[in-house]
Order: sequence, then structure tokens, then C-alpha cells
Amino acid sequence: MNDEYAGDSSQWAFGTGFEDPLAGVDTTVPPGVDPAELAAYCLMLGDDALIMSQRLSEWCSRAPDLEEDIALANMALDLLGQARLLLTRAAAADPGVVPVLPEGSPVPAEDALAFFRDAEQFRNVRLAEVENGDFAHVVVRLLLFSVARLAVLERLRTSPDQVLAAVAAKGVKEVAYHRDWAGRWFLTLAQGTEESRRRLEAALDALWPYQAELVAPRPGFGVDPATVRDEVDAVLDQVFAVSGVERPDRAPLPGTGGEGAHTGALAALLAEMQVVARAHPSGRW
Amino acid sequence: MTTTPVEPEALEAAFEATIARHDRIEPRDWMPDAYRRTLVRQMAQHAHSEIIGMQPEGAWIGRAPSLRRKAILLAKVQDEAGHGLYLYSACETLGVSRAELTDLLLTGRQKYSSIFNYPTLSYADVGTIGWLVDGAAICNQVPLCRTSYGPYGRAMIRICKEESFHQRQGYELLMTMMRGTDAQREMVQESVNRFWWPALMMFGPPDTDSPNSARSMAWGIKRNSNDELRQKFVDMTVPQAEALGVTLPDPDLRWNEERGHHDFGEPDWDELAAVIRGEGPCNAQRMAHRRAAHEDGAWVREAASAFAERAGAR
Repeated sequence: MNDEYAGDSSQWAFGTGFEDPLAGVDTTVPPGVDPAELAAYCLMLGDDALIMSQRLSEWCSRAPDLEEDIALANMALDLLGQARLLLTRAAAADPGVVPVLPEGSPVPAEDALAFFRDAEQFRNVRLAEVENGDFAHVVVRLLLFSVARLAVLERLRTSPDQVLAAVAAKGVKEVAYHRDWAGRWFLTLAQGTEESRRRLEAALDALWPYQAELVAPRPGFGVDPATVRDEVDAVLDQVFAVSGVERPDRAPLPGTGGEGAHTGALAALLAEMQVVARAHPSGRW
Repeated sequence: MTTTPVEPEALEAAFEATIARHDRIEPRDWMPDAYRRTLVRQMAQHAHSEIIGMQPEGAWIGRAPSLRRKAILLAKVQDEAGHGLYLYSACETLGVSRAELTDLLLTGRQKYSSIFNYPTLSYADVGTIGWLVDGAAICNQVPLCRTSYGPYGRAMIRICKEESFHQRQGYELLMTMMRGTDAQREMVQESVNRFWWPALMMFGPPDTDSPNSARSMAWGIKRNSNDELRQKFVDMTVPQAEALGVTLPDPDLRWNEERGHHDFGEPDWDELAAVIRGEGPCNAQRMAHRRAAHEDGAWVREAASAFAERAGAR
């Protein structure tokens, strides 16, 4: 009886062998790549995905319709999957980035990074962390986020780092859907009712100051987001033109999350996200 | 051309014959109004339960203690939305729309499973809900794969497959926590203590006090009695609890050699009646959450309809 229920993990739907999501992939850092720079780059991309996923998952059971509830959960799951691979990659490239836990703690590196860093150690863009608003807010947030992320991931498919290239190849398919979903809803809300248009424009106005950070220069290893700025602008202009919405005229916020600039919303988000993990630093989940 | 009038007696006889053969009734077949009403009531209640059931576990997605658990839980709660969709679609084959059914739920004229009116107080509850609540649901639902109404039975086959994953992930979480720290083991036991009796109540009142059961059994909508299914669940769960290393909170629980089943104590039926009346710990909260989501989304649904109409007119 014991064996039947406890022994072989392969009988479980989700298995129990997920500790190393990069099992089987060549994780050696390629020659000429600085491991610390690679880790920092993966943390930035991984934190974007993790924090965005956390905000999207807050929509679960709250969406306007069952179909959109399922779609939002799907996108949260995609980004969570990307975050797990990227945080694991960061830890493998430079173990120095992983917070130190009590001796013997079974907490894997991806979780140590997600649950045991404080807000100022996160490298995500502020667009991902600001509090959720109405449905127009999530549509605009996803549009701005996925247009920029897709452009970066497309270029990362040829990264000298095999792991990053593999993560990007998988992520391109996912984020292309996110962009498509957000673009279709952007158009629908823009041309739906007076109320939907008013809400869409309000959300765009509120989130626009966070947009520039997505394509701010970031020297060092990896695709510099500044190199995709023209493409991102062109895609957004096309969405605005089709929808009949004006590009907002609002100044960007100074600083970047990559340099540790965050809003107060991040600390509040982390307080919730990390509460159980931090209460059990030697816990097994 | 002449048409042969079909006598009501002939239609009824054909329906009864289909039931007797254990064949499926399909949407375009003739069926008695009472059969249709009973099905709509049961399927809608099941659909509503899936949707309301997203809340107790959904409350822990944001606080899941590992990224792997977060992914599993999010996927699980998403599955429940999917089950709600299949079941509302199956209801629509009987001529009632999702919007009408949602209205019946939000105005309290249709119910959902009383189990979702209990709170989730720790992460162990995610495991316990998977193991005990989904376990009880599976016992109830597996026989429904053979239910007499075709679209319902087919929806249930898919749902049962996914529910079986859900139960295992819950049990696997508890098993992992039992291998963790003392605090985690206490959390598991405390959670099992809270959910054991409500899980037993999921099979409904005792057979002697279940007014709709007999007719549902005769129509092949229901295949086993409440007490039969409850016994099956207890017999299935006791060895799992032993393997896990937790105690089930029932002093009267013991193996009865003569019956070949476990004897167990009587759930508090007054408590069940109170929760069904709306006096459970979370009834108001669950309905308020659902209502808020529905009302907050109204402008989006209106915008989508307006956009679709305009696109259709072009």
C-alpha cells in the first residue's frame, strides 16, 4: 500500500522530478560569455515573466467571461514557465545570485530566487508590477509587454547561450499568442462601446509612462532592448492606427527596474507571493 | 404525403425503452419535461460548483510556496473553469443558455456544492481539497459517465479524467509536506481535521432523507445511492490516510470484518442543512466574489457584443 501511494513518482500526473527544469540541456556557459552578465540578463527576463505572471494570475476567477478567465490563466502559466527556466538558468550560470538559505534547506534555486529576494533585488520592469486595474488595464499592459518581449525573444533565439536560445524559441510561440490576444481585445474595446473606449484610453494613459522602460538601453550580454525600439514602435503604431486610438503624449518615468527602480506595488506583491515560502525556509513542497 | 401523428404514449414508451436498455438520450430525442428539468437542475448545479469551486483554492495561487506548486495550482483552477464551460455547454443542449443559468446562480435560485462554503486557511488545504474533496467528487462523478443523458455523460468522461489528476496532485502535495518539517506535518493534520466531515457530506443526505434520489435513479441520471457512494469513499480513503500518516478525525472509524467495509460516525446533518440554507462560513463571500466578477465584466461583454455586431454589419 505504501509503495502504491508514496513510492514511484512517475505515476503522479505532475511527477515529482521537476526539481531541475533544465535537465538534459547543455548548461555550460559558452566561451567568451561572462557568467555574471548572463545571470543578470536571465534574472531581468525571468523577473519580468514572474511578476507579470503573478499579476495575471490575480485575474483567476475574476474575468468578464469564462473564456477570458481561461485565456488569462494560460498566459500566466506560459510566463511562469519562462520564469522558472530563466531563474534556474541564472542560478546555474552564477550561483552567487541565489540567496543563502538555512543549511540543509531543500528549497531549489528557482524558489530561493523567487521567494527569498527583497523588492530592491528584483530586476523586472515596473509595467509588470503595478497593481491590476480593470479589464482594459490588463489588455493594455499585456499589449505593451508582449510586443516588446516578443521582439526581444525573437532575437534571442540565436543567443550563444543554448539555454537562453531554447527558452526564447519556446517563448516566441507563447508570447506571439499573448500579443495577438491583447491586440484583438485592444481593437474590440477601442471600437466596442463609448464606455469601453473611455476605459481603454484611460488605461493606456495610465500605463504609457512605463512603456519606454521596456525598450531602454541595457548594455552587456544579451539582446539590448533598445535595439528593438523601432520595431516595437512600428507594431504599436499599427495597433493604434487600426483601432483609431492616438498614441499617448506622456513623458516616460525616469529610471529602470533593471537598475532597481520600483514602485511601492512590488513590495506589496512580494509580501503576498512570498509569505508561505518565507514562513517555512526549510519546508518541502 | 401523409404524416403519421405520434402519440404521446408512444414517445414515452420509446424514452422508457431507451432508459431500460441503458442507452443514451440525445438532445433531439423526446424526453419528459420533468426529466429535462431534473437534468438542467443537476448539470447547472454541477457547472456552478466548478465555477464557485475556483475560489477556495484560487485564493492560494498568489501565495503558492514554490513556482512548481504555483503552476500546478493555477493549471488546476483553470481546469475547473474549463469544466464549468463543458457543463454549461451540455446544459445548452437542453435549451437553456449560459447567461440564464448564471442569472439563476447569482440570484440564489440555483445552488452549488456546499463544500465550497468552507474557508481555506493554509496551503495544506490545497492538498486536502485535491485529495478529499476532489476524491469525493470523483466517487460521485464516475458513475455519471454512464448517465442516461448523452452530452452530460460525455462531458463527465473528460471531467473525471482531469479530476483524477487533481486528486493525485493534492495527495502528492500532502505526501511531500509530510516528508518536510514538523510544522508542515501539523498543517496537514489540521487541514484534514477540518475537511474530513464536510467531504463526507458531499455525498448528500442519507438515503432515508434524499427526496429526489429515487426518481433520478429510475431515470438513469443517478446510478448509485448517496450512502453507497459515501461508503465507497471511506473505504478508499482509509488506507490512503494510513499511507500518508494522518489520522481521520472520527473515533468510530474502524474496519468491520462482517460487512467487509469500514464503519464510521454520522456527519452532522444539521451543519449540512445550515450550509445549504446559506449559513456556512463563506456563502456570502463566495456569492459576492462571483457577483462582483460578473458585474465588473458587464461592460466588457457589452463591448464585445457591440464590436461583433458592427463587424457583422460591415
